Formats: sequence, C-alpha cells, structure tokens
Amino acid sequence: MFAKTKTAIAAATLCAVGGLALAGSHAQGEFAREIKARQAQMTLYAFNLGILGAMAKGEAEYDAEAAAQAANNLAAAKSIWMPTAWPAGSDNASVEGTRALPAIWAADSDIGAKSQAMGEAVAALQAAAGTDLEALRGAIGPVGASCGGCHKPFRAEE
Amino acid sequence: MKLLRIGAVLALAGLAVFWLLTRPERLAQGGLEGVAGDAQRGALVFAAAGCASCHAAPGAEGETKLVLAGGEGFASPFGTFYAPNISPSPEHGIGGWSLLDLVNAMMHGTSPEGQHYYPAFPFVSYANAELGDIADLYAYLITLPVSDTPSRAHDVGFPFNIRRGLGMWKQLNTGKGWVMTDPADDQIARGRYLVEALGHCGECHTPRDALGGLQRDKWLSGGPIPGSKGRFPDLTPGTLKWSAEDIAYYLETGFTPDYDSAGGAMADVIQNTAQLPPEDRAAIAAYLKALPAN
Repeated sequence: MFAKTKTAIAAATLCAVGGLALAGSHAQGEFAREIKARQAQMTLYAFNLGILGAMAKGEAEYDAEAAAQAANNLAAAKSIWMPTAWPAGSDNASVEGTRALPAIWAADSDIGAKSQAMGEAVAALQAAAGTDLEALRGAIGPVGASCGGCHKPFRAEE
Repeated sequence: MKLLRIGAVLALAGLAVFWLLTRPERLAQGGLEGVAGDAQRGALVFAAAGCASCHAAPGAEGETKLVLAGGEGFASPFGTFYAPNISPSPEHGIGGWSLLDLVNAMMHGTSPEGQHYYPAFPFVSYANAELGDIADLYAYLITLPVSDTPSRAHDVGFPFNIRRGLGMWKQLNTGKGWVMTDPADDQIARGRYLVEALGHCGECHTPRDALGGLQRDKWLSGGPIPGSKGRFPDLTPGTLKWSAEDIAYYLETGFTPDYDSAGGAMADVIQNTAQLPPEDRAAIAAYLKALPAN
C-alpha cells in the first residue's frame, strides 16, 4: 500500500516534470516553423540574386538564359503569398530566432506598400535580366533598394 | 577682506579662462571671397554628406526626402537630440543664412547666433571638408523646398543642456585633422575625404569615450548602437573580409556578398552612396581596405 503510493507520487512527479519540459520547449520554439518558412523564402531571394549579382559585378560572365531564369525564379519566390508565416506575436520582442520587429504588425505599418514596391522592382528586373548586361545592372539596383525599404523599418540590427 | 578680494580675483580669472576656452569659433568673412557654389555639384556633396538621412522628416521617402523639415530623434547617453529644420525657410530653417553661416556651422559647430551645436551634428567630421564643396552644397540647399515645421528642442538634461560647456568638449575633440595621415595614392586620399569628412562614417562606426568623443585610436572598429541591442559593425580589414569590389557593390545596391541586404540606418546611407559616381564608391572601398587591421 505504502509502496504503491510512493510509485504513484513518483509517476506523478515524472509526468509533471515531463510536462514542464514540454511546455518549456514549446514556449522557446513558438512560431519556429513559421520563422523557418519565411526565412526560407528570403534564402530563395538571396540565392537567385546571387546569380544575378555575380554577373552584374563582373564576377561571372553574363549569360542571358541563366540571368532570365534566375530573375524568373526570384519573381516566382516573390509570388509566394503566405501570411500564415507571419502571425502576430512572432516578432523579436516576443520570440527567439527572428529579427522581425513588432512594427510590422503595428496599426500604421505600411509593409503592404513596401512589399508591392519590391514586386514592381522584381518585375522590372525580370523584364530586363535576359536582355543584356547593362539592362540587368540597371534593374538590380532598385531591387536592392526595395529590400532596404523593408529591412530599414522592419528588421532589427544584428 | 584681503583673502576675499584674492578669491574674487581668482574666480574672475577662472571665469575668464573658461569663457575664452569655451568661446565658439568662427571663420572670418575674408576666407570666402570669390567662392561661388554650383548647385549641381552641390547635389553630389549633399548625397556624400548624407544630409537628408538625418534632416528629412521621419519616414520620408523619395522626393519628400528633399524636404529637410527635421524631427528625426537620435538617442544618446546624454539625452535625445532632434535634427533641426534645415530647409530654406527664413523663419524655421536656413533661409536667412549666408555661406559663411553654413561654413561656421559645418566646420566649427557654431550657429549664426554664435552658439555651440551639439556634436550629434557631425561638425567634427565636416571640419575636414573643402570650402568649395560647402559652397556647392550651399548653392544646392537653397534650391530645396521650404518647410515651415519648427525645429524640435533637444531632450537633454543638466549639465549637458548648458551649451557653453560644449566649448570644453570641442577643446578635447576637434581640430585633429585626418586619422589616416599618409594615404598611399590619390584614390585612397579621395576615399579618406569621403569616409572621414563628408560621409562622416566614423560618427557611428568608431566607438566613443565616456564624454562622447570619438576614440580615434579605435577608428572605424565599430561600437554599440545607442538605445538598441545591436552594434555598428567593425569596418577594419581584420574583421571586414569583403573584397573592395564587394564593398563598392554594397554601397551601390545594399547587397552583401551573401545577398542579404543593408538594413537599419545603413539602408539610408546606401540611398546616398548609390547616387555617387562609381569611382567614389571604389575610393571608399580602397580607403577601407587600406586601414590598419584592428
């Protein structure tokens, strides 16, 4: 009888500790999937911009076909629309692993207009990339500016 | 009675020394005779000196960045400074200023009324600017749109709200000339001019001492961002491993070698450096590569 009680207490304690540990890991990893997904979209941008930028900088030879393909990929990546990856509360003041500032979710946030500006710059790059090197060089700058347009107000400094 | 008299004389002498040491400096009018500015060239000086990044209204973009209404706040350990209106408004901006007034403001940190400016305004860096460039800038500034927004008072507590005390600060921190004293070639010398004088890069990227003076022996080695957890990065070659081409391309597009992009205050700086001729961006890169490794 006595031994049984002890076992029950031990089991309950184990459960409680386990539950706490689970709750802990859950709190720490809250929105981890969402953050990973939106960072993956940024990685796709960077990968394709890297192909275009290497040509613009003169590190790689200009290749109209490869440039057009990278610009198409960039536009495709930009077209991915996943607001579910940006839930309220997934900002850098609330969770780990992100530099997204709470300003993104503020009532006066103009992130929609900023995103649209990027879309326009990417569309112009898509039209220019396969034409010639000068056209590519001219169109990639505004895309960089549109990246900064969001990163300035909405991303914390490292 | 005699002691009292000696004490009074000593106190007066002390006050006189303080008065002399803290007197705002100005240039004599004679230095500017025959200097005429060119507004078109002034637009490039305006970009290189980054005027709009601080003096445009907070959140301004595109064309509205040329309305220099002021209002942007700058946190510091001494309080928050607000950039003033420097549009050509006669009442609220610099509409009533002469070229000499602008030279005294930028090179000596002295207002037309003879008051010290706070060094949140980077006159320590602009002191190395060329008079011809300031004349061009003046010619450009007076063509910009007028804003009638009054300048916001700084939020700075005692004792830093006593401007006369800034004279002592200036004794400690100004008139030191170039940090890089022997640029190896003309390109590096041009880069030095853009980085150390007009671009005033050191104002953020160089750590400051307890009184807010730049630690010139730790030039461009980075430092904490006031009011934030982040840091201004170290730009010396021991840390910044980017090639000169990478640096120049970053200053043109904001793209890092990994195709991340500039954020924070640097996104504003890129808007300015993107307007410069490619040779100037290459010169800035050459200068940074020529710095001693930290």
